[in-house]
Amino acid sequence: MNAAEEPVIEAERYELFERPHYRFQVDRREFFKQLGCGLVVLCVTAPALAQESGGPRRRGGRGPQLPSQIDAWLHIGEDGAITVFTGKAEVGQNIRTSLTQAIAEELRAPIASIKMVMADTQLVPFDMGTFGSQTTPQMASRLHRIGAAAREALLDLAADHFKADRATLIIADGKVSKTGGAESVTFGELTKGQKLVKSAEHEGSVTPAADWKIAGTSVPKVDARDFVTGRHKYSSDMAMPGMLHGCVLRPTAFRASLDSVDTKAAEAMPGVKIVRDGDFIGVTAPDALTAEHAVESINARWNAPSQVSSSDLFDHLRKSAGAANGRGGGEDTGSIEEGMKAASRQLQATYNIAYIAHTPLEPRAAVASWENGRLTVWTGSQRPFGVRSELADAFGIPQENIHVIVPDTGAGYGGKHTGEAAVEAARLAKAAGQPVKLVWTRQEEFTWAYFRPAGVIDIHAGVRDDGAITAWECHNYNSGGSGLRSPYDIPHQRSQAHGSDSPLRQGSYRALAATANHFARESHMDDLAAAVKMDPLEFRLKNLKDPRLRAVLQAATDTFGWKTAKPRETHGIGLAAGTEKGSYLATCVEVLADKESGSVKVIRAVSAFDCGAVVNPNHLKNQVEGALVMGLGGALFEAIEFENGMVTNPHLSEYRVPRFSDLPRIEVVLMDRKDVASAGAGETPIVCVAPAIGNAIFNAAGVRLRSMPMVPDGLKI
Amino acid sequence: MAKVSDINVNGADAAVDAEGERTLLSVLRDDLHLTGTKYGCGEGRCGACTILLDGSPTRSCQVAVGSVGRRKVVTIEGLEQEGQLHPLQQAFLDHDAFQCAYCTSGMIMSGVALLRKRKNPSEAEIVRFMDGNICRCGTYQRIIAAIKQAASKPEASR
Repeated sequence: MNAAEEPVIEAERYELFERPHYRFQVDRREFFKQLGCGLVVLCVTAPALAQESGGPRRRGGRGPQLPSQIDAWLHIGEDGAITVFTGKAEVGQNIRTSLTQAIAEELRAPIASIKMVMADTQLVPFDMGTFGSQTTPQMASRLHRIGAAAREALLDLAADHFKADRATLIIADGKVSKTGGAESVTFGELTKGQKLVKSAEHEGSVTPAADWKIAGTSVPKVDARDFVTGRHKYSSDMAMPGMLHGCVLRPTAFRASLDSVDTKAAEAMPGVKIVRDGDFIGVTAPDALTAEHAVESINARWNAPSQVSSSDLFDHLRKSAGAANGRGGGEDTGSIEEGMKAASRQLQATYNIAYIAHTPLEPRAAVASWENGRLTVWTGSQRPFGVRSELADAFGIPQENIHVIVPDTGAGYGGKHTGEAAVEAARLAKAAGQPVKLVWTRQEEFTWAYFRPAGVIDIHAGVRDDGAITAWECHNYNSGGSGLRSPYDIPHQRSQAHGSDSPLRQGSYRALAATANHFARESHMDDLAAAVKMDPLEFRLKNLKDPRLRAVLQAATDTFGWKTAKPRETHGIGLAAGTEKGSYLATCVEVLADKESGSVKVIRAVSAFDCGAVVNPNHLKNQVEGALVMGLGGALFEAIEFENGMVTNPHLSEYRVPRFSDLPRIEVVLMDRKDVASAGAGETPIVCVAPAIGNAIFNAAGVRLRSMPMVPDGLKI
Repeated sequence: MAKVSDINVNGADAAVDAEGERTLLSVLRDDLHLTGTKYGCGEGRCGACTILLDGSPTRSCQVAVGSVGRRKVVTIEGLEQEGQLHPLQQAFLDHDAFQCAYCTSGMIMSGVALLRKRKNPSEAEIVRFMDGNICRCGTYQRIIAAIKQAASKPEASR
C-alpha cells in the first residue's frame, strides 16, 4: 500500500504492448439478456502476437490456439437506440464525440441517436488504456468497421422487409427507404425481435475519408451542455448514501517507512475511524474537514533514506545512466567517426530537462463501495482496466469481483495511468464498511502522483559549410526515446536512450520524451544553421526529404510570414519541426525577449499539423491550440523542485502553469490529408513549442538557452 | 465558529447543518450536492471553485461557510433560467471553449461577473479579469472569444 513500494512506472510504458489479462467471453445469450433483442456487431481482432507471427489471415476466423479479442461492440435495439461499447476513456480529448462520428458516418444516422458507453469495466470489452494517441488510429477505425458491418446487416434486413433488391435501397438519417419510394423503415423496426450477431473483422464497406459526411466535420462536443451547466458528474462529484470522506497520512519523504505512530487524538474525534495497514494510515470521517483534522492530529515518525535533490539532479542522471536501452533511437547508420571527418564544423552541447507535473485540474479522486466482497469504484483514469488490475492485486480478489467506472475525467495528459486514489479509497471503505470518497489535495497531486521524466541530452553534430549535416550523435539519459531519431537525412547517425536512476516517480506525459528530444534537436539544428550562416528554414529544408514534414514546414512558415517577418527590437522569431506517432508538425513563434527587463513572452504562434484525414477540424484545432499553451509552460517556467525526498513547490502558488496572460495569438493550419489514414493528434502538437521559443529567444537576444524550463526566473544574461 | 443552519443559494434559502469553519465549497458540494462548483487547488489559485457572492466572483474554497451570513450565493447551477442558458454558457457551447471542462464552471462564473461589471470588455480587460482562472487544457483563446460573443448580447449582464 505504500506508494514508495509500488513498482516504478517506466517512462515509456505506454508504448509497451502487454497482452490483456482477460478476454470477454462471447456469449450471444448474454448480449441479448443484457441489452435486449436487436442487432449486435462485434469488432474482433487478432491478438498482437497473432498479427506478428505472420502468415495470411484467413477469412472468417483464425487458428483455435489464438483466441480472438473483442475490442468494441455495437447494439441496435428494438427501439432503434444505437449503443456503442468501448474501453476508451474521455479525458478532454473529445473522443466521445469523434468516436460517435465514426459510427454516425457508417450508419448514416444522426449523432444524437448514438450513445457511447465508455470506460466501464463491467459493460465494455477490455482495453489497455487511452494513451499513445491510439484512440483514433485504432478504436475509431474499428468503430468504422463495426458501423459499416451494421449498415450492411440493416440493409439485408431491409431488403427482406421491402422484398426488394439491396441495390435499390437507401440508408440515411437513421432510416432505410426504397429509391423513389415514400415508404421508409426505422432501424428499430428492422431489428425488432431479432437476435442477430455479426462480426466486423475486415474493412468491408468502410466509407473512405474522401466521402465522409459526418466524420471529418466539426461536430460539437456531444454532451457539452452538461459541462456548461455543471451537471456532468466527474468521479469527485459522485455521492452515495452513507458515504464517508477519507484522508490519507502521507510520509514526510519518498521511500520512507513508518517508525512509530500515535493516533489517539484522531481516535477521540467523533465519527473518525483510523485505518492502519502496514505503512498505510488513513482515516474516514463524516465530512472532509474532520477527516483532514484527524490526519493532522496523527503523530507519526518516518524513516527515510537520504535522497538526491533537484540541485544535483542532472549530475545524478548522467552518473547513474546505464547502457543504451534500445528505445526510440533506431539503428545506427554509417559511422559517426567518418561523418565527423567529413564535417567542416562540429557542435557539441548538452540539454537539461526538469521534471514537470501534469497538473490536471481535477486531482485524483475515487468513490469506493464494497458489497458482499464485490468492489465498485468510480475514479478518473486513462486505464480503467489497469486500475482494476491494481485493485485486484491490492486486495487479492478476482478481477471479476471489481467494477471500475470512469466518468468523463477532468484531464489526464498521460498523468492518470494509475489508480492510487482508487486503491486508497477502497482500502478505507473496506475498513469502514461504508462507501468512501477520497479526493487528493492539489498538494498530494503535486507530490504523490508521478512526473514527466527529467533528462539530460547530449548532441554532437557535424555540418559542412554548404549546410549538409554529415553526422549526428545523440544520447538521452533518463527522459526516454520518443522522438529521439532525427527525421533529417543524415548519412551518419547514432541516437540512443539510456535509463538512469530517477529520484522521483516518473511516468507517461503527453508526447513523452518527444518534447525533450525535439527541444534538444531543434535547438541544435538552429545552432548548426547559425554556424553555417543559413536561414533556419532553408537549413532544415536542405537536410530534409520527408514530403509531409516539408509540407508542414512550408505551411507554417507561409502562414507565419517567416521570410518577410521583421520582428521589432527585443522580439525574435523561431521555428521547429518534427514528426511523432504518425503525425507531422511545424511551429513558428514570435517572442518578446527583453534582456533589459528580463521579461519573455510568446506573442504569436503558428502550428501547421498533418495527422492524415482530419476527423473533427474544430476539436483538432482545439487540441493543437491547447498543446501550444500547455507546451509553453514546460518550455518557459514549469519545474518540480525537490529536496531530499520531498517536493518543495507543491502548490499552484509555487508551481506556475500557463494562464490567460501567457497566451499568444495562435493560428493553426490543418493539412487534412484525406488520402492518409487518421493518426492520433492529442500529443504531437506539443513537441515543437519549446524549441521554437528557444530559437526565437536566440533570434531576439542572441542567447541560447539549453534547459527546460528556459526562463523560470526571467531572462538572465 | 458557530454552526450554520441555512444559506441563500441560487435564489432560495437552503437548510444546512454545517460547522462554520467548513468551506463554502465543501458545503455546496457535499451537503447541497451542487457539484458544478469544483475543487482544484484549495488555495484560491485556480478559480475552479468560483461562485458569485452578492455578485462578486469569489473563490468558495477560501470562504468559511460561517462567514457567508445572508449574502446571496450563485453557483453554475443557478445561471440557467427557465431552461434558457445564460448567454455566456451558450457562447462556451458555440466556441467549444473547453476540453475536459473541469474549469468550465469557474470560468463561466468569473466571466459572468466580468460581464456584469463591464458591458464590452476589451481583450486586455478580459485577460486581466480572468487571469486567476486556470484552464490546464489551454483553451484560453476560445474562452476569450466566448466572452466577447456573450458581451454582444444585451442579456449578458444578467
